[in-house]
Amino acid sequence: MKPAPFAYRKVRSLDEAVALLGETPDARLLAGGQSLMATLNMRLSAPSLLIDINGLSGLDGIAHKNGQGSGFVEIGALARHVQAERSATIAKLAPLIARAMPLVGHPAIRNRGTLGGSIAFADPAAELPACLLALDGEVDAQGPKGKRTIKAGDYFKGLYETALGPQEILTAIRLPAADSNTRIGFAELARRHGDYAIVGLAASARADGKGLKDVRLAYFGVGNTPLRAEKSEAALAHGDVDGAVAALDLDPHDDIQATGAVKKHLAGVLLRRVAAQLMEQRP
Amino acid sequence: MKITADTPPVLSVLDRPNSYIGRAVPRPNLQRLTQGRGQYISDVTLPRMAHVAYLRSPHAHARIVSIATDAAKKAPGVVAVVTGAELAKVMTPWVGVLTHLKGIKSAPQAPIAVDRACWQGEAVCAVVARTRAQAEDACELIDIVYEELPAVTNPETALDPGTPVIHESLGDNLCFERKLDVGEVDKAFANSDAVVEATFVTGRHTGVCTEGRAVVADWNASEQRMTVYHATQAPHMMQNLFAKHLALSESQVRVLTKDVGGSFGIKVHTYADEMATVALSKLLKRPVKFVADRIESFVTDIHARDHRIKAKIGVTKDGVITAFEIDDLTGIGPYSVYPRTSGIEANQVINLTGGPYNCPNYRAQARVVFQNKNVMCQYRAVGHPIAVAVTEGLVELAAAKIGMDPLEIRRRNLFADDGYPAQTASGLKLEQLSHHEALAHLDAMINYAGLRAEQKALRDKGIYRGIGFASFIEVTNPSAAFYGVGGAKITSQDGATVKLDAQGAITIHSGVTEQGQGAEAVLAQCVASSFGVSMDRVRVVTGDTDNTPYGGGTWASRAAGIGGEAAWQAGKALRGNVLAVAGAMLQAKPEDLDIRNSIVVDKTTGAERLGLDELARVAYFRPDTLPPGFQAELMVTRHYVPRAWPFAFTNGIQASYLEVDTDTGFVKLLRHWCVEDCGTIINPQLVNEQIRGGVVQGIGAALFEQCLYDERGQMLNGNMADYLVPMAVEMPDIDCGHVVSPTADSELGAKGAGEAGTAGAPACIMNAINDALRPLNAQPLTDMPFTPGKILRALGKV
Repeated sequence: MKPAPFAYRKVRSLDEAVALLGETPDARLLAGGQSLMATLNMRLSAPSLLIDINGLSGLDGIAHKNGQGSGFVEIGALARHVQAERSATIAKLAPLIARAMPLVGHPAIRNRGTLGGSIAFADPAAELPACLLALDGEVDAQGPKGKRTIKAGDYFKGLYETALGPQEILTAIRLPAADSNTRIGFAELARRHGDYAIVGLAASARADGKGLKDVRLAYFGVGNTPLRAEKSEAALAHGDVDGAVAALDLDPHDDIQATGAVKKHLAGVLLRRVAAQLMEQRP
Repeated sequence: MKITADTPPVLSVLDRPNSYIGRAVPRPNLQRLTQGRGQYISDVTLPRMAHVAYLRSPHAHARIVSIATDAAKKAPGVVAVVTGAELAKVMTPWVGVLTHLKGIKSAPQAPIAVDRACWQGEAVCAVVARTRAQAEDACELIDIVYEELPAVTNPETALDPGTPVIHESLGDNLCFERKLDVGEVDKAFANSDAVVEATFVTGRHTGVCTEGRAVVADWNASEQRMTVYHATQAPHMMQNLFAKHLALSESQVRVLTKDVGGSFGIKVHTYADEMATVALSKLLKRPVKFVADRIESFVTDIHARDHRIKAKIGVTKDGVITAFEIDDLTGIGPYSVYPRTSGIEANQVINLTGGPYNCPNYRAQARVVFQNKNVMCQYRAVGHPIAVAVTEGLVELAAAKIGMDPLEIRRRNLFADDGYPAQTASGLKLEQLSHHEALAHLDAMINYAGLRAEQKALRDKGIYRGIGFASFIEVTNPSAAFYGVGGAKITSQDGATVKLDAQGAITIHSGVTEQGQGAEAVLAQCVASSFGVSMDRVRVVTGDTDNTPYGGGTWASRAAGIGGEAAWQAGKALRGNVLAVAGAMLQAKPEDLDIRNSIVVDKTTGAERLGLDELARVAYFRPDTLPPGFQAELMVTRHYVPRAWPFAFTNGIQASYLEVDTDTGFVKLLRHWCVEDCGTIINPQLVNEQIRGGVVQGIGAALFEQCLYDERGQMLNGNMADYLVPMAVEMPDIDCGHVVSPTADSELGAKGAGEAGTAGAPACIMNAINDALRPLNAQPLTDMPFTPGKILRALGKV
């Protein structure tokens, strides 16, 4: 369980990191290291260079920014999970993230792991990528051609594959700030607390009178990326929970913890539970 | 986890003025461990020490066509690259058989595979380098050409004529077979009012130790002596085996075992990679360290419990059990593990099934077959969780079938508390058990009537809770009947040497070992009590074959019952010797004196006569002042081995209360109880910790843990993310209760407590799940572990 030899550089700027990624195509960025270090130690990956971005300043903020509607919550890529977990801004304006956070690994993992790292790694069974998709958020990236913003819907491309280019670095996550009409729901089923879930569901919607609109259901643990269940979203917007469950068109593969059939059944159970959360009226 | 337990039972006749027997005193090694000053193998660093990494077979079964090592030999830091053929010249192979397991057979196993790898994970080449990282780097440069062979991975077809034979020399894939037919089984079934049949499956799993297997071997060519620092349960057994297979005498081998980070039976076997490490040290004439990492632990630490048991019970309508019948099939690895064999587990399943019940009719068959998977052998509570699952599963299914309460059916069949000595149908001799008292204690402890009422009320609201029980017996304090009679050099005896030092403090050297379970605390308590000093005046030394009495070590719940008795007797003998000195100094009769709290006192009045420090000063430095011809003997050794009974059986009963989410198939454990009888309780806190830890490992078996293999013999979940060990959050409160029936075989009267929790918990969880789902007409669940998927299938939801 010793990693293969690698070179290590601690960078002082994003530009330096971007340049190094260009020079060494198999280099990997080191942020919290909670996924990367395990794969290195198991020799599942053997990059020749680790680029440590932990020393970069200004990338770990969590702030409310003005913008469309009630504005945005902007989370720097190096913000640790524990910061988000304890953030009053997140609790108030990104309650879905607050709800998911205690289920991300264990405290030791949350102390080191970063939100940017989780989104950049894009594990299809992880909570945060699904939350990003459910909230219709976006990410900022910086590369050799400068900065750009990628919508969540365009971001997840395949298994551990994202829209980020080989030299691009994710720098921030931006989520629409919640207001009084925001509804969220979150549930996951893991055999042990802190494990990757067998199936999970992150959801957001907007109250529309007594009903819902803009329903977004993002499943995790059921495919190569977090997956929207768009037909079910439409049914749920009409208040039809049975219809939403019937419309679930997921086709999960078997994995070590559960068969695809079990996952699909559980996805339906979660949909009912999350629908109930979405329909709960706030005081 | 909330900790609640019975008040310790009243102190026994062993109680002396400053007795620690029956008291929860802190462990003497606590500060050392909590301050990070334990000495584990990873802490051992010796001059010129090199590290070995093993290249392991990626195939379950493959011929090794060629091994190209040139590139690896040139890699940075590499000391040597050694193949199985090269190491075979240094160390002889072994065969894991015992003569009392009639007909058991296995093939010779080499420290490193020579021509053929027989399971995924078997070491095929060693790289010794200055660091472990360099050794692992060089492993990647070794080029091995394999010719893949068909893998035998299904126990059900292992004996079919069309299945390849793993070891041609053995003729077939059968390792061991045993049959038993007692009483009139067919007649008993024919006369039963109900017969229940079920097939039970216990999942292959392993004991995940906090500290992985580890060894540092140091061959000193100048002394022609091998010193092995070894995380093992049985240093003297390993001394014998290292010597035997290196063609040395035992006096040329010293095994040192300091702190061990958990063992659970995992560290009581001969592992090829550990043997290879010792052989490499001899070959290279320098210290070599091997520390198994998690990935290799999962494919080399022994697995256990992979059994399929077809089982049958007969009952009358009055709930009298008429007969048990079982057919056990278990798939071990390609070799029977040395020296305890991989036949013991199935043998124990036959011995223990039906064990708590007075039922004379019993038929059993067990077959142990070879597989191209990691080896299986003895893990905590060997065979017990399987036998208890089968027995208790059948009993509760039978109770349900005749409409009888599960505790009532037990009351009608458990051996009567006043009917001992007794013998089980399988021939186990029982000295004194307390099934009925334990059951009555549990009934009250859990408020059974109240729980049933709550269960019923919640069912009306669609909440499905279950209550499950498991009565059990547990093998502890084994005599020579376990291994010695079968020809293994594994002693069932243990010893303790106690010494009064020149300032009046006590040192104990014991043959049992500390694995983290608190054996050193128990030894100190025994000697402090029988000799007469406070705990802070006692130091314990274990795990050094050069310096401790010859002993068996720690396994089969023997450390307290056997090692404790030897220590108790040694303390008593030293007290006699010290009082002889005191008598000479005080011109008093030794029998009129006693030692209390480190002071020699007048036995009747308690008046202080002489401090031990003063006594030691005179004995060691002014012996000239003692009477002519008097010689003080301030160091004594005593040994103990159980003789009257082959084993000191313990008993108990567990209960589980849980809730099944019938939508998801998830099980939430609400509470767990265990009432057990381990005889005299030396340290109630340590006993309760053993029970709780054991229950947790049993819960692991029932709900979480399984080594999953595909049909090609590849382990699919050999890492800590995919192999689910039970974690604190999912564990319920575990309440412990006690009944005390001391064994008369020792003065102390202590039996073992290390495995009772593991023995009963899986059956208990299984019965509780089936109890919860009974109103839903779910198929009874008998295939462990009970995953959400299996529960949903039983409910017909997927």
